[in-house]
Amino acid sequence: MTAQNPLLAVEGVETYYGNIIALRGVDIAVFEGEIVTLIGANGAGKSTLMMTICGNPQARKGRIVYDGEDITHLPTHDIMQRSIAQSPEGRRIFPRMTVMENLQMGALVTDGASFDADLQRVFDLFPRLKERQHQRGGTLSGGEQQMLAIGRALMSRPRLLLLDEPSLGLAPMVVKQIFEVIKDLNREEGLTVFLVEQNAFHALRLAHRGYVMVNGQITMSGTGAELLARPEVRAAYLEGGRKEAAE
Amino acid sequence: MEYFVQQLINGVTLGSIYGLIAIGYTMVYGIIGMINFAHGDIFMVSAFIALTVFLIMLAIGVTALPLILLAVLIISMIFTSVWGWTVERMAYRPLRGSFRLAPLITAIGMSITLQNFVQLTQGARVKPLPPQITGGITLMQGDAETGSIVVQLSYMQIIIIVTTVVLMAGFSMLISKTSLGRAQRACEQDAKMASLLGVNVDRTISLTFVMGAALAAVAGVMFLLYYGVIDFYIGFIAGVKAFTAAVLGGIGSLPGAMLGGLAIGLIETFWSGYFSVEYKDVAAFSILAITLIFLPSGLLGKPEVEKV
Ligand SMILES: Nc1ncnc2c1ncn2[C@@H]1O[C@H](COP(=O)(O)OP(=O)(O)OP(=O)(O)O)[C@@H](O)[C@H]1O
Ligand SMILES: [Mg+2]
Repeated sequence: MTAQNPLLAVEGVETYYGNIIALRGVDIAVFEGEIVTLIGANGAGKSTLMMTICGNPQARKGRIVYDGEDITHLPTHDIMQRSIAQSPEGRRIFPRMTVMENLQMGALVTDGASFDADLQRVFDLFPRLKERQHQRGGTLSGGEQQMLAIGRALMSRPRLLLLDEPSLGLAPMVVKQIFEVIKDLNREEGLTVFLVEQNAFHALRLAHRGYVMVNGQITMSGTGAELLARPEVRAAYLEGGRKEAAE
Repeated sequence: MEYFVQQLINGVTLGSIYGLIAIGYTMVYGIIGMINFAHGDIFMVSAFIALTVFLIMLAIGVTALPLILLAVLIISMIFTSVWGWTVERMAYRPLRGSFRLAPLITAIGMSITLQNFVQLTQGARVKPLPPQITGGITLMQGDAETGSIVVQLSYMQIIIIVTTVVLMAGFSMLISKTSLGRAQRACEQDAKMASLLGVNVDRTISLTFVMGAALAAVAGVMFLLYYGVIDFYIGFIAGVKAFTAAVLGGIGSLPGAMLGGLAIGLIETFWSGYFSVEYKDVAAFSILAITLIFLPSGLLGKPEVEKV
């Protein structure tokens, strides 16, 4: 793994909101074919990192390299043309567009040639979306919106998929389904996934490697199993997750 | 009866022009939440460009009317679009992300600038254009004994109404069915997410201004041909009416802008026809005030709160 260049490298990145610092020199590497997770408490800066990778807000210091190219100062829409897709925090479904239109928005960066096949794949992953394709995004349930957010991201045929809390507010059954989908996409299609999760237990079990973020800094990293075994991680992030795992 | 039909025709014609201008207000509001007060003046500028092109064509001896019309339309649309693009680029984009009132104030400044620019360069007097398209179809014969009048649908009115219907149909298709239209709606609903899907938000906003300006250009050309006189102030009057139409229909809503334009055109015409010409504007604005009291988001507007 370490011999090759990472698909995504975040190097010493500092991000500010106005004068307030949110990321204090973050280093992260995601290699092709990996699932990497980022866990941390509320307000640690996880979503800020996801958005900084996409150039909104832009890093004030440090570099972000994707597939060998420095993308730190590219505008967001240019970054997203480079086969990176994000399902952002809060899902951000277009409320007054239908499910189908939301998916079409996802395919905007493609040339359209593979649209039908991509659509079929998303409908296979989430049959619910097919049933609801003419319904407006704003009227979907939370779980359906999450499926749509992931489906929309997949429609752009990404190599790197950024997922910000896909399990937030969902029933355990739906969470399980979504995690299954992530795993299958990774295993069968070699999709590289960078995943932010509150649900640390599930995330660390799913991921090849993980990072722990505290107050805008990476404090620990290692394989999923290593992090799961660390007492600090267990104490800080696993109280809720363990109970769920017992189900 | 005849009088009523004639007023109806006149009202629909006027409403078409208002509707075309109203689309520009509503689209820009939809996408960046700003009232582009300079939009009416863009309509006025287009009428002046059209007049200039007309006079030049006539001066160099072009006589084929369809050719002249086509040239006038294309040239005004091009100039007006560039104008709309420039206004957005210079006056509004630098202020994006600043406090809400800032672009509104520059918009008013832009409007005053455009008006004064035209007043200075073209003069303050009314400019006439001899009628180019005359004649029409007589729908109902007048009868001197019963006192009924002749009902006429002029060719110019037919052109205005047909052009408007075709443009609006095409435009609705563009917005609802094409990927450009989807990108525009995406920017309107969540610009940040749109950019995360690869949409160039700034470019999409520029395009929206250009489209609105192009439609206003068509309205300007038709206004010039229909009324035959223009001055630097028509943009303000028509702009306020079209803005009223957009608000009446529900600002941000495309069908609303068309409906509102039609409504304002009809109210104004019928009021002038049956009551008094002097108070037609009062009538139009009173209807606006009443609508807003009972339907704050307009006839077809979306309510402010929505489940996201
Ligand atoms: N737009 C913003 N303006 C100012 N401060 C912000 C903004 N967005 C986030 N912050 C601040 O930056 C810090 C990091 O926020 P961020 O959303 O990245 O946290 P997070 O790790 O994703 O938290 P959560 O788990 O709750 O989603 C927080 O202190 C937050 O208040
Ligand atoms: Mg977050």
